[in-house]
Amino acid sequence: MKVKILAFGIAKDIVGGKAGEMEFSEHATISQVKTALSEKYPDFDKLAKFSIAVNESYQDDAYVISEGDELVIIPPVSGG
Amino acid sequence: MIDITISSKPLSVSQCYDYVHDQRAGGNALFVGTVRDQTQGKAVVRLDFEAYKPMAIKEMQKIADTMVERWSALKISIHHRTGTLELGDIAVIIAVCTPHRKASFDACQYAIDTLKETVPIWKKEYFEDGAVWVAAHP
Repeated sequence: MKVKILAFGIAKDIVGGKAGEMEFSEHATISQVKTALSEKYPDFDKLAKFSIAVNESYQDDAYVISEGDELVIIPPVSGG
Repeated sequence: MIDITISSKPLSVSQCYDYVHDQRAGGNALFVGTVRDQTQGKAVVRLDFEAYKPMAIKEMQKIADTMVERWSALKISIHHRTGTLELGDIAVIIAVCTPHRKASFDACQYAIDTLKETVPIWKKEYFEDGAVWVAAHP
């Protein structure tokens, strides 16, 4: 299935744009999404960490994504 | 009771303070984060803040909810700036009032500390010779 992915901060620089799509198998987990991102863009492994938000909430590695979800790559935040 | 804003326009301390002013409260705490002129000795020229706005507002709301639950905060105002900021500009304001003073300090400290850890907002620091996304790398 195709899933929409948004990127902010340094993640936007790494993937070369704010929005994109990636192909995942049905029942893919956040852990698999992160692995796929690191394989496609090795610079993600240089970050202090990065998280994935699904539909505007942080989700842990075991979370299963669905078609139509909005995934967002959250590199280390630095507000305030 | 809770006022949360993310804005590309200059923030107002008096607006946040006025919002939380309340006769039921004995203590008002106000934190104002501003743009510092250097980072680890290196001169900063300006900053850019980028936000994933809908989620940032949700995470700020969670912080405010915890302030109410844990410290009986009566009113809370959290404003964060986005876009380009110059030296001295206000990046964030947190205002809170509580029945007693200690809770207002503690709630305010919790809010800024947690905001820096959970709210999806990113700061890019510009120097004379380049720019970096703050905290991105170990």
